[in-house]
Amino acid sequence: MSASLVANVVISGLLTGLVYGLMALGLSVIFGVVRVVNFAHGEMMTVAMYAAVLLFGAFKLDPILAALPVAAVFFVIGYALQAGLINPFITRPEHSQFILLVAVATIITNVMLMVFGPDAHSVQTDYQLDSWAIGQIIVDKSRVYAALCALGTTAGLFAFFRFSRTGTAIRACADNHLGALIVGLDVKHLYALTFGLGAACVAVAGCMMTLLVEVAPSVGPSYTLLGFVIVIVGGLGSMPGALLGGVLIGVSEAMAGLFIDPSAKSMFSFALLIVVLLFRPQGLLGRRT
Amino acid sequence: MRARLLLAALGAGLIALPQFSGNYVLSLATLALYFAFTGQAWNVMMGFAGQLSLGHSLFVGLGAYAAAALFVKFGIGPWAGLWLAMAICVAAGAAIGLLAFRFGISGVYFALLTIAFAEFTRIGFDHIGWLGGPGGLFLKVGQRTSWDLADLRGTPAMFYYVMLALTAGAFALCAWLLKSRAGYYWQAIREDEDAARALGINTFRWKLLAVAISAAMTSLAGVFFAFYYNNLFPEQIFHISQSIEIILGPIVGGVGTLFGPILGAVLLTTLADSLTNLVAAMGLDIPGVKQVFYGVILLLVIMFLPNGIWPPIAKRLGLGRKD
Amino acid sequence: MALLEIRSLSKSFRGLRAVTRASFEVPEGGLAALIGPNGAGKTTIFNMAAGVYAPDAGEIVFAGNRIDGLRPDQVCAAGVGRTFQVVKPFAGMSVLDNVIVGALRAERRVPEARRLALRILEELNLGAKRDLPASSLTLPDRKRLEVARALATGPRLLLLDEVMAGLRPTECDQMVEVFRELNRDGLTILLIEHVMRAVMALAQQVVVLHHGEIIARGTPAEVVRDPAVLECYLGEETEV
Repeated sequence: MSASLVANVVISGLLTGLVYGLMALGLSVIFGVVRVVNFAHGEMMTVAMYAAVLLFGAFKLDPILAALPVAAVFFVIGYALQAGLINPFITRPEHSQFILLVAVATIITNVMLMVFGPDAHSVQTDYQLDSWAIGQIIVDKSRVYAALCALGTTAGLFAFFRFSRTGTAIRACADNHLGALIVGLDVKHLYALTFGLGAACVAVAGCMMTLLVEVAPSVGPSYTLLGFVIVIVGGLGSMPGALLGGVLIGVSEAMAGLFIDPSAKSMFSFALLIVVLLFRPQGLLGRRT
Repeated sequence: MRARLLLAALGAGLIALPQFSGNYVLSLATLALYFAFTGQAWNVMMGFAGQLSLGHSLFVGLGAYAAAALFVKFGIGPWAGLWLAMAICVAAGAAIGLLAFRFGISGVYFALLTIAFAEFTRIGFDHIGWLGGPGGLFLKVGQRTSWDLADLRGTPAMFYYVMLALTAGAFALCAWLLKSRAGYYWQAIREDEDAARALGINTFRWKLLAVAISAAMTSLAGVFFAFYYNNLFPEQIFHISQSIEIILGPIVGGVGTLFGPILGAVLLTTLADSLTNLVAAMGLDIPGVKQVFYGVILLLVIMFLPNGIWPPIAKRLGLGRKD
Repeated sequence: MALLEIRSLSKSFRGLRAVTRASFEVPEGGLAALIGPNGAGKTTIFNMAAGVYAPDAGEIVFAGNRIDGLRPDQVCAAGVGRTFQVVKPFAGMSVLDNVIVGALRAERRVPEARRLALRILEELNLGAKRDLPASSLTLPDRKRLEVARALATGPRLLLLDEVMAGLRPTECDQMVEVFRELNRDGLTILLIEHVMRAVMALAQQVVVLHHGEIIARGTPAEVVRDPAVLECYLGEETEV
């Protein structure tokens, strides 16, 4: 086991982790603001992946370019989902909300199964097999592009929440629902906006993911659970936490795949989830609700 | 009274069913009862003690593998095997409950914890070569003409009666629990845990008890599963979709009620089966239709009838609230 | 002899001193009131006595045994019942079932617990409403239910947290009568109260808390004339 092999694996894990982080970011934003645990998150990402595959198949559109239109569509769908379906559930007990999204997730996964069949599909870009060599380290071009895109989107989101009026309004909602209402903010609209943004994040992450792995209907639940592991480890409701968690999970999964059995790497993630849930449920950077 | 009469009529019908139906209907009925039973078991944890579990497939799987392993590897029959199955599942449930309740994990976090344990076990069992790994564990399919209750080898009618007995037993147990001290305490814990503590209830211990009972009951479903289907795959039996199928009956029928899980399971199983047949009759073979149907029903119920379909029916029939 | 002894109790919350070296006693069969402005630390003392949190320093002795640091259910088992400032009924259960939950502490079996619960409901004038869902009760009835439920556990000491708040004077007087009777029958009562009408009518002993410290104690008549108490809480114009 040479140092360069380990380095390769770590870097590869880190880059993948950034894409994971973007996906988890969407989940974290939705929970942090709307307080809804989006159990259909991974399924939404799977739909985005299929969209990227279809666009590539039909128009030879590179997933990186496809990210923009797909994200726009997902934004609208996310907005509608929150405003139409999920909103009445904000006041219902937690269990009801959760089960609502479990139902949505089940429907999405199986509609995809019906439409696309159980087999895997993937995207084959021109640069799929290209890589750069930096000394002993070999870095896949597609991985770097995906990671850069993820970083860019994340930065954009951070900036939106930090500097824009709407972003600040959303943060106000998250901090104090009643206060926001009293000040006259249209909370329902802002919640829907947030869900739309979260969905858009997931869409971009999904498009990026097609550069790295293949898609099948069954990956939906796995990504949902992965998203939860990341968000809980990093801290539910914390944006930097989601990114940090993503990178951590990306790297540790890669390492676990290297040192233990590759097929056992998700076991490691679940064990980590259990440990974090028990000992530090607010995660590394989150705040205790 | 009314309730007793209806119950007696229902019971008589169920016992007589194999007399006037073929194997297909019997297998459907057995499936419906299977989900009625597991739903009832899940209901003890959720409907009674208020703890949402989305990882109940863990107990089905552990129970199934325990009994199957004893049978395949050591020739020990299911009637002895079920004790090991229950012991293992109670231990697993107690471990999860202990960790969760000690650390104050509840609600959605608790549900995620149960999912994590189930998934961890699913992947883990894929790596246990001794139990067949991903390739599965198989029981020898026995003869199908006579009843061998000792080893649970027999006709569809035999399996039907075994499942019927299990479901009836679960129903009786839950009815008794609901009216007992446990029932009152669980409901109090569900309504307001702090107030319950102030009345002398050791909420930790009672929640743990609910988990243990639920796990033990579910393990029996696992034992049945092993000897009915004769093959076990980690991917299938520990899968989250199994956990979701288990909760469908009680949620659609009515969480926390006695008849809810049974009604929900029967309704869903028959409707799903009709749907599958309809699709097949149209000459199509589309995997996933049944699951979409489940998802849609779950969605509709949770949106418009969150307490399930049994409570309004019970009202019409003039039955009590807890029925 | 003292049934409840609060000895030099102190508690801080993240640097904020809620209670500082508070000491007082409640004799067996006594009826004492804890009064003081909001934020004085009264409910904190209650919560420590009821096991919700452990004190940072000091002891709580009940019937000769230390109960500080015990869990709430252990405290109840020891013989201390409590009500909550904001009532916590089991909303989905009937009035009777609510009290049965409490009664199951005193009687292991459901039929006996039911009988006990019915008796207590009658004592508190809620008998007619026993099959109604708790969520449908008015505030005064919810307060009565809260008391009934705690009583059903068979306590020797009852901690009442602002049970008169929100009640009209006639309703308040009715509650006062109930507590007087219970006390006559041997129940020791410690209450937190802002409604002076009830304090003057009931209490044999009053303890006044201010900024976490006890500033006065004595009979109601004495306390009401204490200048320190008048300054910080009652005001010069108090009519009692």
